[in-house]
Amino acid sequence: MTKPSAAPPSAAGAEEQSSTGVIDPPKDVDKKKLAKERDQAKERQKDRLSALEPAQLIDLYRQMTLIRRFEEKAAEVYVAGKIGGFCHLYIGQEAVAVGSISALRPDDYVLGSYREHGQALAKGMSARAIMAELYGKVTGCSKGKGGSMHMFDKELNFLGGHAIVGGQIPLATGIAFASKYKGTDQVTICYFGEAAVNQGAFHESLNMAQLWKLPCIYICENNQYGMGTSVDRAMSLRDIAQKSCAYEIASEFVDGMDVLAIREATLRAVERARKDYLPTLLEIRTYRFMGHSMSDPGNYRTRAEIEKYQERDPIKLFVASLLEEKITDQETLDKIDREVREEVEDSVKFAEESPLPPPEDLYTDVYANPIDPAKNRTA
Amino acid sequence: MSTITIREALNQAIREELARDETVFIMGEEVAEYDGAYKVTRGLFHEFGGKRVIDSPITELGFAGLGVGAAMAGLRPIIEFMTFNFSILATDQIVNSAAKMLYMSGGQFKIPIVFRGPGGSAFQVSSQHSQALESWYAYFPGLKVVMPSTAADAKGLLKSSIRDDDPVIFIEQERMYGNKGEVPDDPDFTIPLGVADVKREGKDVTIVARSLMVPIALKAAEKLEAEQGVSCEVIDPRTIRPLDLPTIIESVKKTNRVVLAEESHPICGVNAEISAAIMEHAFDYLDAPVKRVSGADVPMPYAKNLEQLAIPDVDKIIAAVKEVAYLD
Repeated sequence: MTKPSAAPPSAAGAEEQSSTGVIDPPKDVDKKKLAKERDQAKERQKDRLSALEPAQLIDLYRQMTLIRRFEEKAAEVYVAGKIGGFCHLYIGQEAVAVGSISALRPDDYVLGSYREHGQALAKGMSARAIMAELYGKVTGCSKGKGGSMHMFDKELNFLGGHAIVGGQIPLATGIAFASKYKGTDQVTICYFGEAAVNQGAFHESLNMAQLWKLPCIYICENNQYGMGTSVDRAMSLRDIAQKSCAYEIASEFVDGMDVLAIREATLRAVERARKDYLPTLLEIRTYRFMGHSMSDPGNYRTRAEIEKYQERDPIKLFVASLLEEKITDQETLDKIDREVREEVEDSVKFAEESPLPPPEDLYTDVYANPIDPAKNRTA
Repeated sequence: MSTITIREALNQAIREELARDETVFIMGEEVAEYDGAYKVTRGLFHEFGGKRVIDSPITELGFAGLGVGAAMAGLRPIIEFMTFNFSILATDQIVNSAAKMLYMSGGQFKIPIVFRGPGGSAFQVSSQHSQALESWYAYFPGLKVVMPSTAADAKGLLKSSIRDDDPVIFIEQERMYGNKGEVPDDPDFTIPLGVADVKREGKDVTIVARSLMVPIALKAAEKLEAEQGVSCEVIDPRTIRPLDLPTIIESVKKTNRVVLAEESHPICGVNAEISAAIMEHAFDYLDAPVKRVSGADVPMPYAKNLEQLAIPDVDKIIAAVKEVAYLD
């Protein structure tokens, strides 16, 4: 038997460890090393940019901007009392949906949590269908029955918005199971927040996915807060990608503010899934600039913290790269921004002018095969 | 017609539907190599292989949700719970995903799935393994709930459930797997969901019974006829949701007296619902208050004598019939 030792192995080690056991960065920063790393990162970014056509890159910008403007408008109409219920915004996380979905084929599947407006847009749903759903109109993507947290589009293989934390993870596992069962090479992406990682559904799903080799890409959008509870206060092992070891599942840690890094990591995961039916866990570290929902008091984090992350706004960073490499110019980007704003305005107009669901819709869609015992009996 | 057990009838239903439709698969704990904890899936793994008959880890929430996802993507899963007691771990996926998906997607995603397994009391397996949970599941719009009491019903209703496009909770009874009955040999024999069966015709008192209570109610009816000259009609709803209320109401209008027998706890139970419906639709026809006979309102005890006291028996049903008939 070995005796547990309370003392750290060396004096130097003791200095590096904080009282919570987390290793702090060294006090003497090696500036040369940092500069070298920065140069390497720039080179990598150049490679990533050159891997895509300018039109593709500009489209990534367009999609991220559409999500940003859509969500800003959603906040506005929410405050104006035009939409009800809960409203969880994606602002700050746009690169995750856009980068990862850009690595998919149109017939691949996507599922998300209740913070899914951005993922729905990235999968190709129209701003009109989503805005009308927020308005609870019959023209919405779920006929006004789902709302903000339950966006669905069968044609686009967008399989929902799910509002129980982690509930979509077993579902995505089943969709991937069905792809393998049917012998198709379709891939499923499942988005969830880091708080969902504490749910049993996450662990049960990853175990089955690797056990049965299912083509599912689990994307943990680690925005560092489950409502108002920081990951530090909720998770014993905060390195989420490392949890994949428990299930021998491939994993990567990805910068959530870098749309091209997300795309690249997802492409690697897609290849594993499509060719070998293998799952992957991606931890994508991101940050939500807005509250958990529209009723968030915001008292669990500081303005300074939010501003620190806003310096790494994924859209700003991407624009800087595009301009630096002269892939496009500010004028073009401004024009896209104006077009996107118009698209969002149009979605509001469409939603406002659309009819409410008719009262008889209350009782439709409960059953696919409704049964009337009286009729059945006499048949 | 062949005389087979309920276990064999269920096995035939699953076998025939696996053979009929490639999109049907069965998943659950010990369903494949072990041949099923209660042998309902005996032989299926050898016949259909590991792609269609799949042993799952003990991970009820996980494989229930996997089944719902597979149904969203076009398959028709049969998810076996070794017993329905373990389905409690999976209720999030049954209630929040399976029951609501069609509605909250505006009609886009139907969920053709069967969650099946034994429920109710077994033989001295105590509190956590002896629960009748049908009233839980019957509560939720979007789910259908089926409880067969004979071999023919078990086969015909399970085949209909597998072919149905909605999530079906199919609760078998642990004590009844060995009960025998005549079953048609026709591989296309099905029984429609939502249709009650009059198991015995009578004119004096209606007994509504399901699952384990059906054979017990039939025995009580025989005794009452022979010993008291009371003619009982025994109705088995077979499907709890949707409930074939017209058949029950019609019978009550004829007999004017009704006893409701169930194995489950009385509070918020299925019989509370049937009782309210009878009051709403046949109040003026009643010659006596509706009488419920339910399982004891306690967790199931282990001791054999206490267990027997907790489950309604022939004597309790006879006493209830006498009460509504104002005998003694």
